[in-house]
Amino acid sequence: MFKKTLTVAALAGIVVAGGAAAADMSRDQIRIVGSSTVFPFSTVVAEQFGKTSSFKTPVVESTGSGGGLKLFCSGVGDEHPDITNASRRIKKSEVEKCASNGVTSITEVKIGYDGIVFANANAAPAVNLTRKEIWLALAKDVPAGEGKTQPNPYKTWKDVRSDLPAVKIEVMGPPPTSGTRDAFVELVMDEGCESYPWIKAMKKTDKKAFKALCQSIREDGGYVEAGENDNLIVQKLDANKDAFGIFGYSFLDQNADKIKGNKVEGVEPTFENIASGAYSVSRPLFFYVKNAHAGKVPGIKEYVAEFASEKAWGTEGYLADKGLIPMPKEERAKFAHDATALANLSM
Amino acid sequence: MSDTLTHSERIEAGLTKRYRAEKRFRLYGIAAIAVAMAFLVIMLAAIGIRGIGAFQQTEVALTVVFDETHIKDNNWQAIVKESMRKKFPEVTSRSDKRLLTQLMSSGAGFNLQNMYRADPSLVGETRTVWLTASDDVDMLMKGAIDRASPQSERRVSDKEIVWIDSLIADGALELKFNTHFFTGGDSREPELAGIFGAFMGSIFSLAVCFLLSFPLGVMTAIYLEEFAPKNRWTDVIEVNINNLAAVPSIVFGLLGLAVFLNFFMLPRSAPLVGGMVLALMTLPTIIIASRAALRAVPPSIREAAWGMGASSVQTVLHHVLPLAMPGMLTGTIIGMAQALGESAPLLMIGMVAFIVDIPGSFTDPATALPVQIFLWADSPERAFTERTAAAIIVLLVFLVTMNLIAVVLRKKFERRW
Repeated sequence: MFKKTLTVAALAGIVVAGGAAAADMSRDQIRIVGSSTVFPFSTVVAEQFGKTSSFKTPVVESTGSGGGLKLFCSGVGDEHPDITNASRRIKKSEVEKCASNGVTSITEVKIGYDGIVFANANAAPAVNLTRKEIWLALAKDVPAGEGKTQPNPYKTWKDVRSDLPAVKIEVMGPPPTSGTRDAFVELVMDEGCESYPWIKAMKKTDKKAFKALCQSIREDGGYVEAGENDNLIVQKLDANKDAFGIFGYSFLDQNADKIKGNKVEGVEPTFENIASGAYSVSRPLFFYVKNAHAGKVPGIKEYVAEFASEKAWGTEGYLADKGLIPMPKEERAKFAHDATALANLSM
Repeated sequence: MSDTLTHSERIEAGLTKRYRAEKRFRLYGIAAIAVAMAFLVIMLAAIGIRGIGAFQQTEVALTVVFDETHIKDNNWQAIVKESMRKKFPEVTSRSDKRLLTQLMSSGAGFNLQNMYRADPSLVGETRTVWLTASDDVDMLMKGAIDRASPQSERRVSDKEIVWIDSLIADGALELKFNTHFFTGGDSREPELAGIFGAFMGSIFSLAVCFLLSFPLGVMTAIYLEEFAPKNRWTDVIEVNINNLAAVPSIVFGLLGLAVFLNFFMLPRSAPLVGGMVLALMTLPTIIIASRAALRAVPPSIREAAWGMGASSVQTVLHHVLPLAMPGMLTGTIIGMAQALGESAPLLMIGMVAFIVDIPGSFTDPATALPVQIFLWADSPERAFTERTAAAIIVLLVFLVTMNLIAVVLRKKFERRW
C-alpha cells in the first residue's frame, strides 16, 4: 500500500512539473476577460471565429469591466490576457496603469449599444416615467425645497406622481459591483437629479455632496439588490405584479411573453429606439486589444476582424439576434477601420 | 416490604408516561426524516421536470445537396438554407426567406461539415439528413413558448408556426434524443451547447485533486496519529488543520491566484491549477477523517503486532492502515464530492470562462460542472433554463456514482475484528 501511495505521489509531482513547463511555452489561444454585459456577445463571436477559422476558439472569462481592465493592464506576456471587454470606456487612470506595466499600445473598439430597461410584468399597468421620477422613487434623500433635503418619504408610486398607481415602490436591480448599476446611476440617477437647477449648480461647487445626493440609492426596501442574475429578476417580476426590474435589453428581448419595458421620457425601449438614440438609457460597449500581443498570439487580428464584420455587428448580424444594438452605419465603418488597423487609443 | 411495594408501584405509575415519552421521541425522529425526505423529493422532482426536456432536441429532416461550390467556399449553412427554400418554394420575399432559414440552428451546417469530413465522396450527392432546429423552434415544441399568447409576445411568429406545423404533418420535424448534449462542448446557441467539456474539466480537476490530497492527507494523518509525539507543536498543528477545514473556499481561490498563477506562473483556467486549489481545500477534510479512522483501530491490533516483533512502520503499514482504509476512503470521497461542487475558488483562477474546445490534458483551458451550471443559469436564452437543470442532473448523477464507488470499495475492504 505504501509503495502504491509513493507512486501516486510521484505521478502527482510529474503532473505539477509538466504544468510548470507548459507555462513557459508560447500561447496559441486568444484569452479574453472583462465585462459580464459584453460576455454574451464576445462569446458568440469567439464561437463563430473558432468554428469558421483554423484558429482555436478563444477562452472568454467574465470578470466584470473593472476586473478585466486590471488583468489586462497587468503586463505583456503569455500569462496576461490579449483582449478585455468593457461596458464603459477605459478610464484615464487605467490607461496610465497599463502604460506603467508596459502596455502602451491599446486599440479601442466600440461594438454597439446596450439599453437598460425599466420593466414590469405584462399583467401590470404600463407606466411612463421621467428620469427625475425614477430618481425620486429610488434616491436615499430627496429635495425638500431649495437647497434642503429629506430622507425619501415616497412610499408608493402615487406619491411620486399623482396619476401613477398607488402601489408600493419596489424595484429590483443590480448590486453596486455590476456595470449595469454603474450605467444606471450615470444615465438615470445623475440625469434625474440634475433636473433640479440648484443640485446641478452644486455639481460645480461641491462635487462630493452632489455625488452623495444623486448616486445614493435608498436602503429602506424600495430598492432590492437582486444579484447579478437577470433571469432571476425576470422570474420575480413575473410572480410579483407590483415590482419593477432594471436589466439589460437582451433579457427583455428574450422574455417578451412575461415582461414589458416601460417608457422612459416618453420613449419605449425598442430595438429601433435604442439604435437611433431616441431611448435615453443606453450605453456603449467596448473591447480593448493589446497591440503588443497581435501577431504573437495567433488569430487576434482575425478575431477583431470577425467582430468588426457586418455579418457580426451589422443591423442584420448575428449579434443583433442576441440583443446587441448596432451602431449607425458610419460609426461602424469608422470603428471597423480603426479595429482592423489596430489604431492606438486616444483619450 | 411495604417500602419495596411502594417503590415498584411508583415505577409502575411512571411507566406509561415513560413509554409515551419514548413514543413521542421516535415520532419526532420520523417527522424530521419525513420533512427532510420531502424537501429532497421536491428538489429532485423540480430539477427533473425542468431538466428532462434537454435530453431531447428538435430536429428537422432535410433533403440536402452537397453542392461542390458551397463546399469549396466552406459555406455549409448555405446548403441548409437552400434545402429549406426548396422545401417551401412558396416563400419568396426576402424577409420571409430569412425567417424561414432561422428555423434551423446556425450549427446545422456543422453537422453537414462533419458528415463530409467523415466521407468526402459525398460531393454532389443528395441525402436526407436530420439536422438541428433552432432553440426557438425547440422551445415551441416543448411547450416553453405558448402558441396561444399574442404574436408580439412570443419569439416564434404565426408564419413560422404554419411552417413548423406543415413540417410536423410531413413527419419531418421530431423530438430526438439529444446525443450532442452529452458529447459537445459549450456553445452560446442553446441547441448546440453540451456538457462534455465541463464534465472532462471536472474529471481532470478531481484527478489532480485526488492525486495530491489523498497521499498527502493519509501520510499526514498517519504521522500525526501514529508517530508524532504529543507536545505543544502537534497541538498547534492539529488546531490549524481543524481551522483550515472551516476556511471559506473563495480564500483558497485567492491563495491559488497569488501562489500558483502569479508566483509559479502556471497557466490560467487550467484544471491542473483548479485541482491544486481544490486539493488545498480537501486536505483538512481527508486528514481529519483519516485520523478518526486510525483512532478507531483497536490498540490490541498494534500491541499484537509489536508482540510478534513487528517494527512501528510494519505495524502501521501491514496492520493498522488496511483496517483504517475504508474510513479514510469515506472521508476522501466526502472531500472530493465537496470539491466537485465548488465554483467559488475556480473563479479566481480563471475557470469561470466560456470554453468551447473539450479539454484533452491537464493544462488545456477548462471549466467544471458547477461553473457550467452557473454560466448557463445566467444566459438570456430561454432554452438554457432546461439545460441548466439538465446539467444539475448530470452533476448529481456524477456525485451519486462517486458515492456508490465509495460504498463498494468500503464493503470490499472492510474487515471486522
